Amino acid sequence: MSDPLTHSEDAQQELMAFMAGGQEFCVDIMAIREIRGWTAATPLPKTPGYMKGVINLRGTILPILDLSARLGLGMCEPSGRNVIMVVQIANRSVGLLVDSVSEIIMVKANEIQAAPSVAGDEMKALIIGIIPVGQRLLSLLDVNLVLPEVEVEAA
Amino acid sequence: MSADDPFEAIKQTFFLECEELLTDLEASVTALTFGDGDGETINAAFRAIHSIKGGAGAFGLEELVRFAHVFETYMDELRSGRKTCDETAIRAMLHASDVLADHVSFARGLIPSMDEERSQTVANDLRALMDDGGPVVAASPEPGPALDPIEAEFDFKPVMFDLGDPGVGTEDLTPEGWTISFKPHVRLYETGNEPALLLRELARLGPCDIRLDTSDLVAFAELSEPTACLSWTIELDAAVEMEAITEIFEFVEGECDLIILPKGGSSDADADGPAGEVDIAALLAAATAPAPILDSPAAGGEVDIQALLAMATAPIDLVPVGESGLETASAPKPAAPMAAAAPPPAKAPAASGNAGAAAGGQASIRVDLDRIDKLINVVGELVIQQAMLAQSVAECGLAASSTVKVGLEDLEQLSREIQDSVMAIRAQPVKSVFQRMPRLVREVAEMTGKNVRLITEGEATEVDKTVVDRLAEPITHMIRNAIDHGLEDADGREAAGKPKEGTIRLAALHRSGRIVIEVSDDGRGINRERVRKIAVDRGLIASDANLSNEETDNLIFLPGFSTADAVSDISGRGVGMDVVRRSIQQLGGRISIASTPGKGSVFTMSLPLTLAVLDGMVVRAGGQTLLSPLSSIIESFTPKEGDLHRIGARDWVIRFRDRFLPLIDTGRVLGFSKPDAPEITGRDGIAIVVENEGGSQVALWVDDIQGQRQVVIKSLETNYRKVDGISAATILGDGRVALILDIDALVVLGRQQANQADFKIAS
Repeated sequence: MSDPLTHSEDAQQELMAFMAGGQEFCVDIMAIREIRGWTAATPLPKTPGYMKGVINLRGTILPILDLSARLGLGMCEPSGRNVIMVVQIANRSVGLLVDSVSEIIMVKANEIQAAPSVAGDEMKALIIGIIPVGQRLLSLLDVNLVLPEVEVEAA
Repeated sequence: MSADDPFEAIKQTFFLECEELLTDLEASVTALTFGDGDGETINAAFRAIHSIKGGAGAFGLEELVRFAHVFETYMDELRSGRKTCDETAIRAMLHASDVLADHVSFARGLIPSMDEERSQTVANDLRALMDDGGPVVAASPEPGPALDPIEAEFDFKPVMFDLGDPGVGTEDLTPEGWTISFKPHVRLYETGNEPALLLRELARLGPCDIRLDTSDLVAFAELSEPTACLSWTIELDAAVEMEAITEIFEFVEGECDLIILPKGGSSDADADGPAGEVDIAALLAAATAPAPILDSPAAGGEVDIQALLAMATAPIDLVPVGESGLETASAPKPAAPMAAAAPPPAKAPAASGNAGAAAGGQASIRVDLDRIDKLINVVGELVIQQAMLAQSVAECGLAASSTVKVGLEDLEQLSREIQDSVMAIRAQPVKSVFQRMPRLVREVAEMTGKNVRLITEGEATEVDKTVVDRLAEPITHMIRNAIDHGLEDADGREAAGKPKEGTIRLAALHRSGRIVIEVSDDGRGINRERVRKIAVDRGLIASDANLSNEETDNLIFLPGFSTADAVSDISGRGVGMDVVRRSIQQLGGRISIASTPGKGSVFTMSLPLTLAVLDGMVVRAGGQTLLSPLSSIIESFTPKEGDLHRIGARDWVIRFRDRFLPLIDTGRVLGFSKPDAPEITGRDGIAIVVENEGGSQVALWVDDIQGQRQVVIKSLETNYRKVDGISAATILGDGRVALILDIDALVVLGRQQANQADFKIAS
């Protein structure tokens, strides 16, 4: 996926806005394959705490990652209201457990500001920019970085 | 295979075809070895070599071409009857086909280097046989030179081939000339054949009077689509055998109407004798093109029956015959044998049946394996989805007679049927593996100086492609062992009152949803005393262990056990039957041995028919549903009081048949149990005795067992990564994911955790 910051000034980018751990985030919509309701996951042994386990996505085994826990915002206790965003990371599909998805926003490259160096360690590593939308502030997330264990393996 | 290089892709196709051709060749030569070959068998071998040579020439594989040429020339001598197919000839053929296979493997890059010396030796042997080595056929009409003393010293035993009715031998039929009518079909042109070249080739046989028939030629204006309008009549004025003529047209068989008649029609005496036979043969030569037979006015009642028989038994080619030059050559041509040997009518169906079977004989298409895998995956999902739907419908509480339920039942049946059919696509006969074995047996027999005969049974037994591919290694190993360790040498066999030649039997059969492969020998059987002694010496068993015969025999599967006193080249490199057992276990199979001293041993391995599904035991541990591969489970039982004992701080052992096995708390090792969950003794549970790859046994502690189930294996690595203690995942009927236990990793994990626990307590 190309870096959104390198887009020309006028080029508009479509982002999916969502809530995780009570905060607002957004990701490039092109990375999202589908959005589905929460179904109980089968836990995997010997995996980091943010790995919720695996679910059956039409016959494929889909790992589910608690995005809130991954960002250091505390574990999510999923209920029927929670949502799984199925994203494509390299050639893998991964489900991100989030609170809810809100809307699709269109932003120009120059509306994306560099991430200030205030966030915690986990957060800082994943956020590539912030986007003010009216009174709200959305953090732009790079989905390629959410699954570090797989990143390492693929390299 | 690189997609961007079309030439490379074609080359790969050529190699695939080579594989098939080599298999055919091996089958033919093996048939000859056992004396059940005939003229057609030699023909089939010749065609296989010829096709390999042709293809190799196109790819500039000179070494291969050179060798194939020598081999082909020799086979031509044999099939023309100029040389007899005796033991020496067969031995030469065996060597030559091995070397030819090596050449192909080398050209393909499968083997790093080519044994040039051997290739040269074998080629020279063939040449020597051609020059003067082989005795001349006794029945040949040409006066054969008397065997000179030097030749007589070689112990040649001429073996005559049954070429059908002796009166119908091709030599006897050679007339003074031939009338050939040749009408190419459109396909002949489409496949890039050139009639002029064929005619030129024909002209080489002798003076020809070639007449072009343009009567079918349409006016230029009407010429719209590609049509074949020309035909030729050739008067060949040379006393050649008919074979020489059919050979020229070998590559355009089925792409033209070809009628070959002796010149001047039938002579008085031969009116209904040989001439008639030739007529039949000629017509049969065109049997792949049905039209001429049915239309031909010359076709009498008998001819028709034969032709129809030939067509009925002939495999119907879905792949248009002659799509490429190579395929033309490799496709089975039931007509050819009859044209060549012209057997009496009664033999005709059998002969064409054989020819069909020898070449695999069925219509087939090549499909990329990935596509089939994808189809299998999708169908697997369909079945699961269907089961989930059925469950949801059941929860709705509809009447059993409701249309939804009835429809769903039909759907279930259909999806099962689809699944079975799809799995059948991947099923392949074990033949491809079995046919590699004669060569192995030959080589090992030569190395050990033993006389060995290999009998294979059940070659047509089908099993999933993935399994077929991985069968070769264990079978190879078992056969090597059987020859090297199992069979006595010739003297030993004579002393034991057995025939000098040892027999190895390789058989495959289906038994209760699994494939069973047996390798048996009629050798000395297992020397139990020696096995026991070695096992004690190596510390594998206690010196006072009380073992049944069966248990003793199975000691040879223990790691580090090798009975060969001297480490030989063939087997006994320190890796032995334990390697065989491990590779079979990896396939989800089991191996066992039954041996009778002095009579021989039988190794039996049983394998699942496919690797895509797994037989598993559904268990619960730490509140999670897990699946344990059935192949590693030995027994499960509920422990009685006093069966469980604690050793050290964390370790538990369990009594199993008066032995104590380490007990692994599955839920805890995998981290599913809550840290404050009670210890093993504090809760109900079941112990499952499993065997790991090394052959040692441990017991797994689970909460309960829910039953046995066949499941489709799904990789965790596709979207995530390998997880410790888990080999893969599967989807159960309710749509939820269940993890499949990796027994070996689980044992290791259990040990690590025990160590860590000890460490914590110590610090």
